[in-house]
Amino acid sequence: MPFDPGGATSTRPVPRRVGSLVSRLRPWLRPVLPRLVLGGVGSLGASLLALAVPQVLRAVVNGPLADQGEVGAVVAAALLVALLGALEAFLVWSRRALIASPGTTAEREMRTDLFDHLLDLPGTFHDRWSGGQLLSRSMSDLSMLRRWMVFGLVMLVVSASTVLVGVALMLATSWQLGLVYLCGAVPVVWLGFRFRQDYTVVARRARDQAGDLATTVEESVHGIRVLKAFGRGEDALEEFAQQAEDLRGTEITKARTLSRVTFALGTLPEVVLATCLGLGVVLAARGTLSVGDLVAFFATAAVVNAPVERLGHLLAMTMDARAAADRYFEVMDTRSELADPSAPLPVPPAPTGGSRVELDGVHLRFAGQAPGSRDVLDGVDLVIEPGETLALVGLTGSGKSTLLGLVPRLGDVTAGSVRIDGVDVRDLPRAAVRAMVSIAFEDPVLFSAPVSENVLLGVRGLDEAAAEERAREALEIASADFVAELPEGMRTVIGEEGLSLSGGQRQRVALARAIAARPRVLVLDDPLSALDVATEAVVTARLRSALRGTTTLVVAHRPSTVALADRVAVLEDGRITGIGRHTDLLANHAHYRYVLTAQPGQAQGAQDRAR
Amino acid sequence: MSGARGRDAEELADGHTTASREEARRSRRLSLRLLGSLLHPVRRTAWATVALVVLAQAAQVAGPALVAFGLDHGLPALKDGDAGPITVTTLCYALIAVLGGTLTASVVRVSARVSQAVLLDLRRRVFRHTQLLSLEFHERYTSGRVISRQTSDLDAFRELLDGGVTTLATSVLTMVFTAVSLTLLDWRSGMVLLVAVLPGILLTRHFQVRSQEQYRRSRTASARLIVRFVETMTGIRAVHGFRREAQESHRYAVLAEDYRATSNAAIRLHGRFDTGLTLIGNLTVAVVLLVGGLRVLDGDLTVGALAGAVLYARRFFTPLGQIGMFYNSFQAAVAALEKLSALLAEEPSVPAPLEPVRLPSPRGDVRFEGVEFGYGTGPSVLPRLDLDLPAGRTVALVGETGAGKSTVAKLLARFYDVRGGRVLLDGVDLRDLDPEDLRRAVVMVTQEAYLFSGSVAANIALGRPGATRDEIEAAARAVGVDGFVRSLPAGYDTLVDKRGVRLSAGQRQLVSFARAFLADPALLVLDEATSSLDVPGERLVQEGLHTLLAGRGAVVIAHRLSTVMGADRVLVIEGGRVVEDGSPATLVAAGGRFADLHAEWRASLR
Repeated sequence: MPFDPGGATSTRPVPRRVGSLVSRLRPWLRPVLPRLVLGGVGSLGASLLALAVPQVLRAVVNGPLADQGEVGAVVAAALLVALLGALEAFLVWSRRALIASPGTTAEREMRTDLFDHLLDLPGTFHDRWSGGQLLSRSMSDLSMLRRWMVFGLVMLVVSASTVLVGVALMLATSWQLGLVYLCGAVPVVWLGFRFRQDYTVVARRARDQAGDLATTVEESVHGIRVLKAFGRGEDALEEFAQQAEDLRGTEITKARTLSRVTFALGTLPEVVLATCLGLGVVLAARGTLSVGDLVAFFATAAVVNAPVERLGHLLAMTMDARAAADRYFEVMDTRSELADPSAPLPVPPAPTGGSRVELDGVHLRFAGQAPGSRDVLDGVDLVIEPGETLALVGLTGSGKSTLLGLVPRLGDVTAGSVRIDGVDVRDLPRAAVRAMVSIAFEDPVLFSAPVSENVLLGVRGLDEAAAEERAREALEIASADFVAELPEGMRTVIGEEGLSLSGGQRQRVALARAIAARPRVLVLDDPLSALDVATEAVVTARLRSALRGTTTLVVAHRPSTVALADRVAVLEDGRITGIGRHTDLLANHAHYRYVLTAQPGQAQGAQDRAR
Repeated sequence: MSGARGRDAEELADGHTTASREEARRSRRLSLRLLGSLLHPVRRTAWATVALVVLAQAAQVAGPALVAFGLDHGLPALKDGDAGPITVTTLCYALIAVLGGTLTASVVRVSARVSQAVLLDLRRRVFRHTQLLSLEFHERYTSGRVISRQTSDLDAFRELLDGGVTTLATSVLTMVFTAVSLTLLDWRSGMVLLVAVLPGILLTRHFQVRSQEQYRRSRTASARLIVRFVETMTGIRAVHGFRREAQESHRYAVLAEDYRATSNAAIRLHGRFDTGLTLIGNLTVAVVLLVGGLRVLDGDLTVGALAGAVLYARRFFTPLGQIGMFYNSFQAAVAALEKLSALLAEEPSVPAPLEPVRLPSPRGDVRFEGVEFGYGTGPSVLPRLDLDLPAGRTVALVGETGAGKSTVAKLLARFYDVRGGRVLLDGVDLRDLDPEDLRRAVVMVTQEAYLFSGSVAANIALGRPGATRDEIEAAARAVGVDGFVRSLPAGYDTLVDKRGVRLSAGQRQLVSFARAFLADPALLVLDEATSSLDVPGERLVQEGLHTLLAGRGAVVIAHRLSTVMGADRVLVIEGGRVVEDGSPATLVAAGGRFADLHAEWRASLR
């Protein structure tokens, strides 16, 4: 297995005990432990067999070869070497065979556990963490941990044992030679370990610079229109070339670090062997050492050299694994702020006239908000009557989307309560709340799946024909006529791995998705913002008749979207400052007029807030 | 993240395309030519590296021969009271050890110099070339692919240069030198090696073929897993909102199991390869011992030579393991180089003029003469357009999506070239105009208002590099964004990237207006520059826009009638033709398409 000094690295080189790392990983290690131990034993066996070969050599050289012995003895020795060799090969094979599957299984378990945990964590967590950070935990950190569990940990034990046994054999052969070897081996282990630590620092710098270079590349491609419009290609190239030059400098420094350790690790063991040769021949000349002993010593050194070099790497790898585990558990130890209640109330029966949604003294404050600043939602009182469509209007950034997310409990209030048909959403299981409430986001997220599957995301328990009918109906209400013209109609795969749709098309599919669920409460976040005027008019008309009887809360930026609603509520400074019919508000509510038409009202004050 | 996602998605898509034999030959030729031209400037250092590798490996294989010499000659001589030979041998061994270490260390340094020089050269070439290529190319090729060419493909090439080539050279040389040394020591043992190397090579070959398949399978499996992960995390709100947690968890678990199975198979494959090499190596040692031992009995071979032979035999097969590993990175690098050379072979479709006409003080008169245009090989968007836009006026283009408004704007900025007819600026065909003068005369501001990572000041200065801080601030004041910028944590030095503050669409647009103001072009083209803003946001930029447009010609494309009503002249475009032309007031009075739009707009305000 190749070492990767540029792989997962530690942010804080904390040389904590291997034991604590193992205990942390215990839940995943325990089921695979027997095979892990067995693999380790096999591996150790292979090393010991390799160490036995020099002893055979010694016997041959000292015995039959020294005193012109029999042919049979030489043949027997060669056969023994062959047998030991075959056995070693078998043990090498069995180690991989024993450990591979448990190792990858533990990795998979940790990976799916992480994924499930991330699915459970609320949107606020995902806002704080970039997808890239989570992805590197799920891929490179876990693969690092797996390599450490099945390779690093096992080989650490095996290599250490091999070195101990090997050095003991060398000392037994000749304490002088063994001592010389030991003097060389200790700095090799230390240098190998230190090197990885130093190298990690330069490698991290190189990786950061490479990351910055990649950012420059991305921007130069995404901003190509600006660069072309201003004719700034050459300037961009200069900046890029400078960054690339810096990266080159770091890579050269990296090579220098590597070359230093290459020199030390390449020279030191050979110089030790040279010394041993001189000393050994002197000892042999004095008669304290046989030629066979000397041959055995060199053959043993050849076996032990590799694990000695490996030990330093393995120790450093343990540190990296430690850091990878820290990053993994940093996420795994985060508890969800949105827990299901321990004693959930029963879901209230659906009233015939539609559901009532009540927001009562709702406050919401983000974790990172500056102290002393106003809450994002600062005491919202709002009732959406059964079957009513209520539009929510306010400036960008006034907290409309945040308020919307409270209804399906995508987030929780800091104070106050949100009730559906009289029951606080926090007293119900999240799944039950979200079955009652269906949402369409302004920035629609569709998945790599057929259109129909995307539309039916929130639909449960229908047979295939009924589901297809439901999807067709929802798409029609959302005026997603374009779906019929897609290569395979509703079965066309869209999204990352399929056909890409325009913003307006995606919005309509997302709208259909919200409608198809036939929820008690529908929550729409500016669902028509990407549509042109003509399409919007069609969708609005169909939506109005389809929504009759469904309690609906819709965020609106444009007068045309407001036309959907029976009543309008104005969200201003974290409170509802006006509620009523569009024409009345337009006439009497200055802030409302300003937001929808930009006609002077509280223009000055509002502009300051917008900034 | 977006880069990684694009790459993985592309990988999944790439799996379905196969190139014909002819294409494969062509791309191989292209990439070989690219490689040649990259290596040419560093050829001396490259040859020096080769020489160093040869010397270093020669020094490395001397050890066992010296052990043999010490045992066979140093020991008997010392027994006879002559310490000379063993002293010389020991010193030689130590000296060669130091020499070998030094040489190997310098191989690391010198090869890094070569590979880094080549990489820098390639990076610059690809970056420059993508900047030169026209927008038509970028729209066709997609940003994700352009980015992965410059990131992951360059990385694959880097890996080969960094470690792959030297590892391969050292491994092969080690084997050759070991075999030669052993043959010199005792040619019969050398013959044993020669026989044993055959199954070794067969095994390596088998491993390469299998591991290539394996490699492809695990890349696909990991790409699938990554795409699923990213998609789920990006859409986490929808997953929560529609209670898809269990389904997503199941889908992911299935892919995670696929990935596990491929990793498992890869580990087992490596295990078999390792086992095979160990077995062949060990059996070779046994045979060398047998052959050598029997010959020692016959007195044909010394014990020292036998020891040396056994040590050589033990070493011989280790490098094969590394050669086996090399193949995958080699394959990846070849594929990457082919893609890169294909990108570099793309011709810019908007070429710079051979004899550029200078236009030192542009006025901004624009004429479209019989312009015919369509995208790529697609149908005509503008069948035949004649336009006369005199300098200094604000002209608004109105029409439905797809009517050809944006096309007019893009032709004006020469993002594309016309198919027929010509576009003239102050009487000069844009295709003959010096590109630098064109960029000074015409500046286009688009809807996206892209900001680069860096300070606000740097983003404004993009309009005119070398502008002083005073000029930058004056530009910001002129479009009315100065107050906002000063309210940011670090004022004009506030960073506007992922690590800095996020600006709203309106604020970004104002910064891009300041950028255009600083550039001070004779003609300004605004393509939907205000349509991503909400109503108050648009109001915010309206005044800035007014200052920006004052005293220069402008072509404005807008959805919003509020923007259009301030223009001197309105052109209603339909199907690539001008169907109405006149001042806003005239058109409203005339009662045509524009008058209808105007009426709708008025109604929405009520």
